[in-house]
Amino acid sequence: MTRIITDWYWPLDGWIIAIGILCAASAALLGSFLVLRRLSLLGDSISHAILPGLALAFMWTASRSGWPVFAGAIVAGLLTALASQWLQQRGRVDEGAALGVVFTTLFAIGLILINYGAARVDLDPGCVLYGAIEFAPLDRLSIAGWEMPRAFVVQLIVLVLNTSFVLVLHKELKIATFAPEYAESQGIPVPWLHRGLMVLVAITAVASFESVGSILVVAMLVVPPATALLFVNRLKSLLIASMLLGAVGAIAGHLAAISLPKWFGLRSASTAGMMAVAVGGLFVLVCLVSPRCGLLAAGYRGLSLRLKIAFEDVLACLYRRSERGARSPAKLEEICNRLGRSPFLVQLAIWRYRRLGLLVHSQDGWRLTESGFERAEELVRSHRLWETYLAENLAMPAERLHEAAESLEHFTAQPLRSRLAEEISATEDPHGTPIPPERGTPRKPQD
Amino acid sequence: MNGLCDTWLGSMIIGGGNWLLDGLTLLALGVFGTAPTDSQGPVTWADYNTQVVLIGTSCLGFAAGLVGCFALLRRQALVGDALSHATLPGIAAAFLLAEFFGGDGKRLEWLLLGATCSGILGMWMMMQLERLPRIKPDAAMGIILSVFFGAGIVLVTIVQQTEAGHAAGLESFIYGKAASMLRRDTMMIASMAVAVSVVVGLFFKELKLLCFDEGFALARGYPVSRLNALILALVTVVTVIGLQAVGLILIIALLVIPPSAARFWTNSLGPMCWISAGIGAMSAAAGAIASAWAPDLPSGPMMVMTCSGIFAISLICGPARGVLARLARRRDAAGRRT
Amino acid sequence: MNNGTDFGRQALDRRAVTAPLEIQHLTVSFARKPVLWDVTFVASAGSLIGVVGPNGAGKSTLFKAIMDLIPRQGGEIRVFGDRFTAQRRRVAYVPQRESVDWDFPVTAGEVVTMGLYSEIGWFRRVTREHRRRALAAMERLGIADLANRQISELSGGQQQRTFLARALVQQADLYLLDEPFSAVDAATETIIVEVLRELRDAGKTALVIHHDLQTVPSYFDTVLLLNLRVVAFGKTDEVFQAENLQKTYGGRLTLLDEATEAMRHRRTI
Repeated sequence: MTRIITDWYWPLDGWIIAIGILCAASAALLGSFLVLRRLSLLGDSISHAILPGLALAFMWTASRSGWPVFAGAIVAGLLTALASQWLQQRGRVDEGAALGVVFTTLFAIGLILINYGAARVDLDPGCVLYGAIEFAPLDRLSIAGWEMPRAFVVQLIVLVLNTSFVLVLHKELKIATFAPEYAESQGIPVPWLHRGLMVLVAITAVASFESVGSILVVAMLVVPPATALLFVNRLKSLLIASMLLGAVGAIAGHLAAISLPKWFGLRSASTAGMMAVAVGGLFVLVCLVSPRCGLLAAGYRGLSLRLKIAFEDVLACLYRRSERGARSPAKLEEICNRLGRSPFLVQLAIWRYRRLGLLVHSQDGWRLTESGFERAEELVRSHRLWETYLAENLAMPAERLHEAAESLEHFTAQPLRSRLAEEISATEDPHGTPIPPERGTPRKPQD
Repeated sequence: MNGLCDTWLGSMIIGGGNWLLDGLTLLALGVFGTAPTDSQGPVTWADYNTQVVLIGTSCLGFAAGLVGCFALLRRQALVGDALSHATLPGIAAAFLLAEFFGGDGKRLEWLLLGATCSGILGMWMMMQLERLPRIKPDAAMGIILSVFFGAGIVLVTIVQQTEAGHAAGLESFIYGKAASMLRRDTMMIASMAVAVSVVVGLFFKELKLLCFDEGFALARGYPVSRLNALILALVTVVTVIGLQAVGLILIIALLVIPPSAARFWTNSLGPMCWISAGIGAMSAAAGAIASAWAPDLPSGPMMVMTCSGIFAISLICGPARGVLARLARRRDAAGRRT
Repeated sequence: MNNGTDFGRQALDRRAVTAPLEIQHLTVSFARKPVLWDVTFVASAGSLIGVVGPNGAGKSTLFKAIMDLIPRQGGEIRVFGDRFTAQRRRVAYVPQRESVDWDFPVTAGEVVTMGLYSEIGWFRRVTREHRRRALAAMERLGIADLANRQISELSGGQQQRTFLARALVQQADLYLLDEPFSAVDAATETIIVEVLRELRDAGKTALVIHHDLQTVPSYFDTVLLLNLRVVAFGKTDEVFQAENLQKTYGGRLTLLDEATEAMRHRRTI
């Protein structure tokens, strides 16, 4: 790896990636709930809205870091969440609009404060906030003899905080997210859970804001959970998958940030920005391959299904042929003509079934083996059972039955066949051909 | 101050505060920019500059208020948020392209073209994302916002490494540079406002139908997705044009707050559009005046604060849906019942 | 309307082959799961048809398919002997009341006027004449005095009447009503039934999705019993009886459901 990525320097890049992973994981964890609650833009809003809190705290203490700044930011973040919630419920303002009104107002207040402060105190907007993940490893702390970046410690604390919140209140959060009204009727304090979540989002945003750049947290709050939603089915797997996706995005982002620009003769690009782009890339990738919306997967499964149907039609065709009393082996052209399929597809089917031992070559044509005959009989039985079932239950005209049964037969195995057989009364299909019996079971007694 | 700003710039650009980077969208603009005029002497109403600024900002507020109504009623109030962030990569890319081909990357038209292109791309991708299973509109907006903005930051850090990329004058763009608006900017904004109003006027009843009852519009054979795209296109135009005047975040305020405030005053879409446009124009003008009077007060944030003030008043006193009006109605109903 | 087209329409009517709605072998499926299977029926002019079936029977899907809003896997739909898109003007649709946001800033009168928008056309304004027609339609439903009310101030029944007025103002010949009687007051129900009968007597056709089995015989002269497929279609007094209802509501085709579900997931069962 170090050979591809020049200038890799473990003490620096290792820490950057570690910090990025922690930040991504804690944001993705909370983001899962935000995305499910349709509050995806809350992260972005809070990251703007904390400005007045920061500015006030700074003007009060005249220091750039420390608890007052942190507390000011959290208060502002919480204010955003509460005020927009109030506007939405009491003022009947649209959810997104409420958020927009609150955060832009707070942001404007922040700008005015900074501008005002700058006239009196030596306050430059740039001094209020100072954070870049690239420089995060340089600001170190030593804890119990171990020296590590302050940002790492902060992110670790945030991650532990978020994880324990989610672990402790797992089932309450689940029900409050899925069915808030029901949860409330069950005595779960939904508004308080919501506020708790908002506080944590604010803390996460502030912690990251100060040390790694807020675009990172804004992206990690939305993109990994949305990506995970494309392929998971349960809340627990959503949480784990989005944390993992966030971590992968963080690693890929940093690698890209330090290696890609070199190809163009540049020094480097923003790691935080590149991490956001990387999770975006992961989203696109998952879109392509995930089984639910996966475009590639859909294409592959569509193709394999079409092949399966085409192949099985060849078997059924050979069975029907022998049923009509044809003794000679079937020629390729004959099968093609009967099925109306291309010789290539039929050839492919023959090749496959020959390998499976369902077909043998004899003279200059093809013949079903004993097991091939059995398999084909099952298919034809399914087909005729369906035709009969549909005719009896749907009163479908006879000429349209074949088509419907043709698609259903490929998904019907022995259990369904025996249930179908129980529901129908006839022993012949609507066209008057007998339904072959199930192998291994005795014929239905006829009275 | 300038030196301080440059060092600050350097550190911020590498991925610092989001809001400062919002200002940095305008980095490119700052780079090319019509630098702010420092003529903040005693201001008179007859002052030519003040008139230019007043007309420009009110036109912008008018157009944003008008277009914002439809975005709000389509339940996409924050689409401006996603959009304005999505313009960043376009601006940076346009700058880089122009520099690469030896042109002048600082030309306003060129950068705005870049912003428009990436804005349109972002909106198109957002519409595609919403079609995916389980991706709700807000998540689609969030994805577009953060990924595009991330890409923008990456490009901006690259811009910083080019020869022409270093420049000061950025702070005016964080607050918006309304106070230093030139005649050319005003002309551009005014013609945009006229164009937007004409389009809204022409398609008013179709847009109303679309926003109210999409299913019915489909059944009646209206090109629903094209009308949707029209709304997004209008928002894009307003956002891109507004970027340089009020800054990235504050243009969102102009798109969101006036319609939300207007909703408290009326129950009919036509009046709502007018009121919203009026509130937008008024607060934009008020912001411009405030900053012309007191140079301490930045114009962009003052516009937003005026907007928010009107919003607060509307929230309480609005006759149609205001808190007081609804309380009175409830008491009325209760009184009638007993 | 000039004499030429009027004459042309009369000539068409005399041929009596252009039924307002003719559906042959309509099959619709979403993601391989059939929602409508081989639906065939012909609605004749001057009939009031109740569309009855359990939830998920494909009633709303049938309407969407008629209006060409969803792709169909097979079959043919003729509206006045033509494609729907060519006859769109003559079809009025009343969506479910829940389909819109009733907080939207429009008045009831404006909602009714929306029925005229496609007649008015692009780039043209709503005139006084259009408003008068909207008001006349509202008059017919007894809500003319509510024209200037914001729609959220209307009761459920009044909202439903507003939607029906929007369809009436269109002066269509075929009406598709999606559950117009759900959660409305008795007065509204009576008025809607009256209006529907007037329409029928004027030679129009209405398809009404309906849930209350009790009232089916008294409201509708024709009934379409639907559950994935057409269980029965015909005169209410002939078709609307216990055996058919049992088939519609009782006989869920469990095996078919399971098989189509398996098909959708590409599994064999």
